[in-house]
Order: sequence, then structure tokens, then C-alpha cells
Amino acid sequence: MNTLKDRAADIKAAAQTLDKEVYNYAGKDKVTTPRREFQSRSPKLCSLEEAIRRSGLKDGMTISFHHHFRGGDKVVNMVVGKLAEMGYKDLQLAASSLSDVHAPLIEHIRNGVITGISTSGLRGELANEISRGLMEKPVVFRSHGGRGSAIASGDLHIDVAFLGASSSDPLGNACGYSRSENAKSICGSLGYALPDAQYADKVVILTDDLVPYPNVPNSISEDQVDFVVEVDSVGDSSKISSGAIRDSKNPRDILLAQLAAKVIINSGYFKDGFSIQTGTGGASLAAVKYIRNEMIERGIKASYALGGITAHMVKMHQEGLIDRLIDVQSFDKVAAESLKNDMTHKEVSACEYASADEPGSAVHYLDIVILSALEADVNFNVNVLVGSDGIIRGAIGGHPDTAADSALSIIVCPLLRGRIPCVVDEVTTLITPGSTVDVIVTEYGIAVNPRRPELADSLREAGLKVVDIRSLKEKAKSIIGEPDSLPFGDKTVGIVMNRDGSVQDVIKNIEA
Amino acid sequence: MMFVPGNNPGMMADAHIYGPDSIMLDLEDSVTMTEKDTARLLVYNALKTIDYGDTEMVVRINPLNTPYGKKDIEAMVKAGVHVIRMPKTETAEEVVEVEREIEKVEKEIGCVGRTKIMAAIESALGVVNAYAIATASPRMMGIALGAEDYCANLKTQRTPGGDELRLARETIVVAARAAGIDALDTVYSNLNDMETFRQEVEFIHRLGFDGKSIINPRQIEIVNEVFAPSEKAIEKARTIIAAIKEAEKKGSGVIAVNGKMVDRPVVIRAQRVIELAKASGIIKEGEL
Repeated sequence: MNTLKDRAADIKAAAQTLDKEVYNYAGKDKVTTPRREFQSRSPKLCSLEEAIRRSGLKDGMTISFHHHFRGGDKVVNMVVGKLAEMGYKDLQLAASSLSDVHAPLIEHIRNGVITGISTSGLRGELANEISRGLMEKPVVFRSHGGRGSAIASGDLHIDVAFLGASSSDPLGNACGYSRSENAKSICGSLGYALPDAQYADKVVILTDDLVPYPNVPNSISEDQVDFVVEVDSVGDSSKISSGAIRDSKNPRDILLAQLAAKVIINSGYFKDGFSIQTGTGGASLAAVKYIRNEMIERGIKASYALGGITAHMVKMHQEGLIDRLIDVQSFDKVAAESLKNDMTHKEVSACEYASADEPGSAVHYLDIVILSALEADVNFNVNVLVGSDGIIRGAIGGHPDTAADSALSIIVCPLLRGRIPCVVDEVTTLITPGSTVDVIVTEYGIAVNPRRPELADSLREAGLKVVDIRSLKEKAKSIIGEPDSLPFGDKTVGIVMNRDGSVQDVIKNIEA
Repeated sequence: MMFVPGNNPGMMADAHIYGPDSIMLDLEDSVTMTEKDTARLLVYNALKTIDYGDTEMVVRINPLNTPYGKKDIEAMVKAGVHVIRMPKTETAEEVVEVEREIEKVEKEIGCVGRTKIMAAIESALGVVNAYAIATASPRMMGIALGAEDYCANLKTQRTPGGDELRLARETIVVAARAAGIDALDTVYSNLNDMETFRQEVEFIHRLGFDGKSIINPRQIEIVNEVFAPSEKAIEKARTIIAAIKEAEKKGSGVIAVNGKMVDRPVVIRAQRVIELAKASGIIKEGEL
């Protein structure tokens, strides 16, 4: 029994026990090509068309995209354009978010190439058309944490993910930046693409900088990637900080920022080791500046800043005021560069960021979040998705996730935007439930959720103007009057999912 | 005092949310000839409908020698404005004339004496007559420097250091103090240079001005910071005010702190420190 031949019968018996084949030596010759040359012929490397064919994509299946290039994204239009050209129909598009640049999707929807959409948000012409009833099937809106959970649980099954990356090697080790001198783009964190990479049946990486193996450190690992496609450009990095994010000189934003900072400072949560996240509105970004001054004055340091990371946060991190940055999405080039170069600036997936099902998600350990709003109502409910004209013009983002899981959620919202009242009887669309909102800051006063009387007391004690939310609504009404109700139709154009996977609200078509 | 153009409803609607001590709605230089009537109507309605809280409301009218001046006064007094601000004031007679117009309207609606006057001094002649202007009427509550017109009149131009304004500023402060009314400094219009603005505010604070005219809410914070009294000054003022109360309780006319008698100027200064501390939000109303 000393040779393989002697043991052949036993090997066969063992294989049968395990329900396996017996190993066959034929055709197992070693490849001896020099590895640089071998890599350039990586079996994963192919054209977009070939990747689509080989992925097994069929009509009716779900394709997914990330939005880390924000207004500069080129992947969605490129891939859907190719799919249309190849004659695909009835595809379900699952994007982490969509914006103004995705207006070409309107044609693909009209032509039946795309018949379903799920996303965090919609803006521009696409949003306008969908609000007016462009699609037969309503768009499904999820928060970033909610999307992560839905992908992980299988609620949102992705057949093929098309993920843009600023660098990838021929085997699919990919990230949102490049260390090569041919780098063409940078978007920083690929956090919203990570659940797609992990759970999609097939993953196609599109990159505009194909670098030699191994591309390390990487965000997406080769073992999750099936195909790598080299393209001219995946996105215009100069546009990642455009669109939703503004650095404001507007006096009203500055006033709101100062008030939000005062709320934080006097909230009881402003202590050494606190953690914080800010949204993308002008006022919430500006608030960081005032908090910074107070941190320096009192010698307080934050343990981490979370979320959309901005240049402001990076600066405070570099100054030693914030120990760690946890980055699901880099909001500008400075943040993206920092993620690339700084080991203590950590990239996290949408699930690690904000999944309700993940006990370790960063939002669970968040002290303070500052968020903006399109509208808030007398029950502290907030809408960040549908405008006061009934047209979709925003994104849910991490709004409900951070509001629900943080210890203190602060909504910064002007009472009046021109002739539009922003504190109303009932929000046009329910995005973030009032039970998760603690404070609403307006230029006419600060409303504290009645669930938090102790908070109201300490803010009042600090000399802040704490008012009943109903008096804010009355104030807006006295200045502007009662707006006409919106001309909504009978068709449901959008479904808003709660982060726990239940249905929370629907959006009807607008007729005017 | 924050300047707000009288032809901009958006700005007028919420100017008070930034917490300026007073708001000056302008019917004069920021309004073109073709919009004088509409601006007057807008400002009238703003004063009638918007709840400006306890902000002092001032309207800068057009001069009486234009076709608009009298109409401006009539509309603003009827709207209940607190202060009429006269532009380009050069003589005491001009103040008397404005007072006469105000009184005419006040008599008609039955509120004689309600409306105060402040005069902007914007020429060499105005500076020379500063004290006469400041004392021309019991309604006078303040005089202010208007530097742009003044420099033009003086055949010079404004510099960051403000050498060209020195005499005018000092004259206006002295005249205001002599008359027992407020002195307000001119505007600084470069919003991108907050550092020079701060230096200018610190300078005019040292000269003795009661406040600064501003053109943007972003300037309020700096003015408040500069004019805010120090903690030490507030503490001292608190002690003195407490001593006054104590003396009043005892019915004593003599006020003593730490065994030392306190003179009247010291009491007045202490009261002023407390008022400033309240205005700057350092101490709250009702807290002492």
C-alpha cells in the first residue's frame, strides 16, 4: 500500500464517501509564461460587451451601480447605453443613487430597456419625468443602510454589478483611487459598492487605470470580481463635490450653522471622545467650523467622524482634533486623497456604515449627527426626498439611518425658503420618522422633540431660543400664508422603504 | 445697525433673524429713481406686517429737497417706524424741517413725539455743524458718519487705515457725547476682508462710537465680539449694580463697593456694561 496505484481503490472509495470525483492529472500542466505577460492575458480582462455576454445577463435581471463619482459618473450611462445597443429589455437598475447626469436613462426607460429602478435618490430631468409618471413600476427608494441590509438579506438580489473603479489590476483588485502615475480619476471610498461586490452573482469592474498586479491596498478584492473592463473614463473627479454639497457664504446658512453648533456644545454629548457625522447641506457643513473652534478652546477631541467625509473633517483629523475618519463616501477630492494616504482614515461598506442588522455598524456608536431637510413637520417627521412642488429632488442618503441610531440627531432647516414654508403640518413624503429626530434648528427658533425634555432644558439654560414646533409652523404660515395642496395624481411613482425593510410611504405622480 | 435695501422683500422679511440691534431699511441710495414709489410701498408694508420683535427699526428717507422726501416721511411715520434717518445732513435747519414734517403726520394720526430722528453726516459742512445737528431737536437719538459721500466731498478717498476719516469720526463722537445721543460709524463694504473690518471696528470702538453700520449679517458677529465687555468688566459692573440695589433698599443715597464710595460716572459705566453684555448675548435678559 505504499504507492498511489496501491491506494487507488481506497481513493475511489473515499471520493464516493464524499460524493466527489477522483483527481485527474490530465491537462493540469503548469503555465510557465512570465507573469507580467500572463496577467495581461488575464481571463477576466475583456471588453464591456464581452463581460456582459459572459456574465450571463438576461432580460429581466437586476444590474447595479454605485454613485461615488456623484455628478461626474460616467459608468451608468455607458453600461446602460451598451445594454440598449445589445438589445436587452426589462432590466432592473439598482443604483446606490442617481443624479442629474443620468438623464439619458429617460430614453432607455421609454424604450423598455430599463423597467425598474431602486435608488437612494433622484435629481434633475430624470427625477422630474419619474415624478410625472414616466415609469409603470414605482421606483423603490432606500436609505444607504437600508440598501446594504436589503442586498445582504437577499431582498435586493443583484445579478450583475457594474462597478467603476479608479484603479484595478487585471484580476480585479480595485479601489477608488490609483497609486500609478497614469491615474485618471479619484473618488476615494467605494463604500456603497462593497455590498454589491460581495453579494452580486457576477461582478464587472470598469476602470480607467489598469495597473499591474497586485493593486494593494484595495477596496474590492479579486475573489469577488469576475470581469475587468478597461475604459477611457469612469468619472469626472472634479464633480464629486458638486451637486448636493455646498460650502456656504449665505448668511442664513451661517446663522443656522452657528445655532446647530450651539445646540451640540450645550447638548451634554459634547465631551472628549464624542463621535460626529454631518450631512451635506451648506449649514451642516458650516457648523463643523464652529464646533472646531469650541473643541480647540475646551481641549475636546472626537474619537471619530463618520459618513460622507469632507475636506473640513480631514483638516480637523490632521490637526489631531478627530482621531479616526470612517468613510463610506468621500465628498471631495481632499477626502479621497486622505483615504488613499492615511491609514487612520478607514473605508467602510454601506453595511458597516449604517445597516440596522449589523450591531457593529458605525451609526450605532454615533453620538451626534447634523442633517439637513427639505421639510419637517409638527411631529418632527422629516422629508429629504420630495420637494414642496411634489417633484422628487433629493436623496434619502443616510438620513434615517443616522437619525435613528445616533444619540442626538439635529435637523438644520430654514423655516422659509423664499416663499416656501419648510416647517409644515405634515411632510410631503415621510423619510425620517419623527420618533428618531431630536432637535430641529431654524432661524426663528429651535424645536426640541417632547421626548427629550432634559435636552430642551439644557438648551434653554444655555440661552438658546427653544420654541414649540407648532409655533414655528404658525410663524411660517403668518409670513407666507397657507400653500395650496399639491396636485398629486392616482399613480404611485415611488415607494419609500424603511431601513428595516418595511414599506413606509409612497410617492404619487404630480400632475401640474 | 444693518442696512437693508428697501426694494428687496426677501432681505427685508428676515433681516431680524440675525439679531442686529437695529435695522435700517433704505429708500435712498440703494433704490433707483424708477423704484422710489414701489420701495416706499414695500417698506411701509414690511413695517406694518413683519414682526421684527424688539429690533429698532430705522428707515433712511430721501432728502426733503427731492420729490420723495415728504412722501417717505408720511408713509414711514404712519407705518410706525421708530427712527427716521436723514441722509446727507449739513445743517440744524434741515433737522428742524424734518421734525416739522414728522410732527405734521404724527398729529394727523395722534401719536405726537413717537418718531425719533437720526442724522447721517456725509460732508465737510455736516462735520463742522455736527453739534448743532445733534442738538437740533429733542427727537435726535444719534448721528452717524457716511464715509463715501464725505470722502468725495473732501476730495479724497477711503483707505484701509481710515486716516482721511479721523477728524470726522472724532468730531462726530464728541458732538454726540456733548449732545447726549449715540454716535454710529460708517459701513465697511469689503465682505471678503473680515480682518480689516475687525481692525476698523476695534478702532472706532476705542474712539468711543456706540456702534457700527453694517451691510451684511456676516459682519454682526465681529461687531458684537468687539463691543462685548470683558468678563472682568461685567463682574465689576454686577457688583456695582448689586450695591445700587442694596443702597436703594436701605434708602441710602450713597453707594459703596468694598468700602469705597462709587461716583455717578462709574454707575453709568456699569449700567452701560450690563446693557452691552445683554446686547452681545453674554448675559441674558432678567439675569443679573
